[in-house]
Amino acid sequence: MIGRVRVRVVVNGVRHEREVEPRLLLSDFIRHELGLTGTHVGCEHGVCGACTVQLDGEPIRSCLMFAAQADGAAIATVEGLAPAPGELAPLQAAFREAHGLQCGYCTPGILMTLDAFLKAHPHPDEADIRAALSGNLCRCTGYQHIVAAVLLATRRNA
Amino acid sequence: MTTRFFGAPVRRNEDERLLAGRGQFVDDIRLPGMLHAAFVRSPYAHARLAGIDPSRARAHPGVAAVYTATDLGEYWRPGPLIVPPPPVAGSVFNERTQVPLVKDKARHVGEPVAMVVAESRYLAEDAAALVAVEWDPLPVAAALEQAARPDAPRVHDDVPGNVAAHVRQQKGDYAAAANRAHRIIRRRYRYDHGASMPMETRGVVADWDSAAARLSVWDTTQAPIAIRNGLAEMLGLSERQVRVVAPFIGGGFGPKIMLFYPDEVLVPWAAMRLGRPVKWIEDRAEHFFSTSHEREQIHDAEIAVDAEGRILGVRDVFLHDTGAYDPYGLTVPLNSQCTLLGPYHVPAYDSTFTAVFTNKTLVTPYRGAGRQHGVFVIERLLDAAAHDLGLDRAEIRRRNFIPPNAFPYHNEIIYQDFEPLSYDSGDYAPMLDKALDLVGYGRFVTEEQPALRAQGRHVGIGVVCYVEGTGIGPYEGAKVQVQTSGKVSVLTGIGTQGQGHFTAFAQVVADQLGVEIADVEVITGDTDQFYWGAGTFASRGAVVAGNAVHGAAAAVRAKALATAAKHFECAPEDLVIEDGKVSVAGVPDHAIRLGALAALANPMRGAVAPGTEPGLEAVSYFGPESGATAAGVHAMIVEVDPESMQIEIRKYVVVHDCGTMINPLIVEGQVLGGVAQGIGNAFYEKLAFDDQGQLLNATLADYLLPTALEVPHVELAHTVTPSPLNPLGIKGVGEAGAIPGGPLFAQAIEDALGLPARGIHLDEIPLSPCRVWELAATNAGTE
Repeated sequence: MIGRVRVRVVVNGVRHEREVEPRLLLSDFIRHELGLTGTHVGCEHGVCGACTVQLDGEPIRSCLMFAAQADGAAIATVEGLAPAPGELAPLQAAFREAHGLQCGYCTPGILMTLDAFLKAHPHPDEADIRAALSGNLCRCTGYQHIVAAVLLATRRNA
Repeated sequence: MTTRFFGAPVRRNEDERLLAGRGQFVDDIRLPGMLHAAFVRSPYAHARLAGIDPSRARAHPGVAAVYTATDLGEYWRPGPLIVPPPPVAGSVFNERTQVPLVKDKARHVGEPVAMVVAESRYLAEDAAALVAVEWDPLPVAAALEQAARPDAPRVHDDVPGNVAAHVRQQKGDYAAAANRAHRIIRRRYRYDHGASMPMETRGVVADWDSAAARLSVWDTTQAPIAIRNGLAEMLGLSERQVRVVAPFIGGGFGPKIMLFYPDEVLVPWAAMRLGRPVKWIEDRAEHFFSTSHEREQIHDAEIAVDAEGRILGVRDVFLHDTGAYDPYGLTVPLNSQCTLLGPYHVPAYDSTFTAVFTNKTLVTPYRGAGRQHGVFVIERLLDAAAHDLGLDRAEIRRRNFIPPNAFPYHNEIIYQDFEPLSYDSGDYAPMLDKALDLVGYGRFVTEEQPALRAQGRHVGIGVVCYVEGTGIGPYEGAKVQVQTSGKVSVLTGIGTQGQGHFTAFAQVVADQLGVEIADVEVITGDTDQFYWGAGTFASRGAVVAGNAVHGAAAAVRAKALATAAKHFECAPEDLVIEDGKVSVAGVPDHAIRLGALAALANPMRGAVAPGTEPGLEAVSYFGPESGATAAGVHAMIVEVDPESMQIEIRKYVVVHDCGTMINPLIVEGQVLGGVAQGIGNAFYEKLAFDDQGQLLNATLADYLLPTALEVPHVELAHTVTPSPLNPLGIKGVGEAGAIPGGPLFAQAIEDALGLPARGIHLDEIPLSPCRVWELAATNAGTE
């Protein structure tokens, strides 16, 4: 019946190779095959942004791709953001400082979106940040403290 | 005792794990040999189950089991009634609770009829598609008013008119008040369905360890202790054999407390039968149909006022849609009934509601839990009265505030905690003043708005007030324990869904015991760690569990001082507790670390003195006599595009009073998050059902949650009126921000478009650009 396909990816600098069903979503591959459960699944139809990871540097919705489509790609997930265990990257630290998270479920996707955004736009204003953030849903914070966290991170980076 | 941390914007203990992707949520649980469940659900809102054949699904590769209602045998029974009807004389209540799997007929779209358990979720869903179900569709009771008719199709065959409940509550003599009135204003208000939509859907993982005869369950519940007790009872186990863990939960907002959902009943049962762990994670589509909704109500309300705009009385008759079942009793409509009275002195009140069964997903509390509806009615009535009498909208509110010397203020009717509705403390006029000042009300009304109007722009202002009954009983408990390492653990029974309990409770303890926040480990939501409790709901976690934590910490402090006093052979009064140690005042090198004291208090030899207990540990319980009443004022300036009816919020101001604050940063986060949900509720989020009870917009692309572009920057200020009902003086804040969005939007948009002068009123929620356009285009007549 359903065959299996080989997927070779580098995730957060580590090589992985698996034989998977062609229909396996990339989000499920990351979470359940690789055990990297920091990437969360919120809607499985590409709206909420919780499952956002970076594929070759670009933020993408891992629920809208099959793992097979990611063959050969370099993937970054939230687990790879911090420089070392017990430390936080500047953006993560700013989220803590500004209370930019409550339940923390949407947070990994938001971090991966904003991490890519800030690399391309190191000095955004509030309107830029809100536009960049508008593809990620957060039901707890009302976004204000997330915006404040990003502004804080960019000020520290300046 | 120093208060270094209480009241300070302490950064959260839990954030590091969550930010690093290391917070454990239910779907992150992975157990050896774990199976995965999927459900077959009814595609009809109302249909008789004519036949079901799971044989093809059972034969599918990788399928461990397929269960139908028949397979459950004696285990099949309706769920428990969580909240009984209130003790109000003459009330009617028809208890009809949800069932694990449809046996006779489906009563809403999405009701489960079979459960498939397989080696993966993918295989389980494949097999679910192979379960052959034969349905005989029945006439549907969909729209609330139609469902309430005597000849409507019956959701429950033995309940004519679909009457789930009927309750009348009165205060004073409304008829007499109406007789004396200068004006009586009558309106019809509608407040439609919404949904909580936490970013994490619900889920359950269960593992039966047959050797140890213990069941472990990980559940996205807000009330793990109640789940443990219920599961033990249903499965014939002792409570000690069942452990329920609510780990990190990705948002709760109320519906995650609707115990028992069918999956919560079935997944543990299947794990025991199959001898393997079983996981079920709700997908977003299932969430739209199977996790509880909130709130359609239709109010026929009238207000009697004197010539100065003082309220003489309010009468309200409303219908409440409770969906297909009513396990949560009458919490939502009771909240509406009670919260309508707001911060105002209403001498006479006559309120009657009928809760109606419909062929829709069941309705249980969602953030605000019906309070929105009551606030919408009174605030809109006041707007109508102000317009009628030519009064300023802020002024009519000020004239009707309960004065600060009238507290405790008794509203006489019965609240959701079944106690007479009573406000513990409050001072409302300063909140209004502050909000008007922050939003620039006077200047806007007298100068800016006329100037903008002259430019052809449509900019309006709104100001609304509300109260929120918070922090109700029955009780919560906490255990505080000093480890020999010097670290302090705090255990409570409530679950946590992002409210910062790991930090707020640590703050309470850190001050008492003179330790750092990072040295206090808070453990919530694990029934093996703390046995007793009710749950996280009704804005009660910080109030009820927080005060229990405070009590336990104070007791541990006393024990630490007593132990140290014995050690130093001095009086406890001569000791100082700080920096993780106890020292003799004025002799800082005469000190012993808390961890060493904990070891001293648990000796390996010798006798523990009679009347003392080992260890530095204490348990405390707190049960408030009634809820603490928080209050707030929201004000907004909004510009409306008269062509597209798109809005731009130019200013949004919140002034809130939740008594003493443990952590203002967390309070701010709670209010801001609430405001965003209130905005969604007011203008974007509507569950659209057709006349067959089908939900037409069950995706996040169609049910519009506000994004960072719809939610504006909010200016937030506080007033502080401590609650006399608890030692910390705190009031709950979880739901507050979400409550007044509806009337605020209606009032401000109406004002922007100049609708009241044309006799047009926005008397329904949610609004939307389309709906505002339709309403504004009507020729409602002139006044």
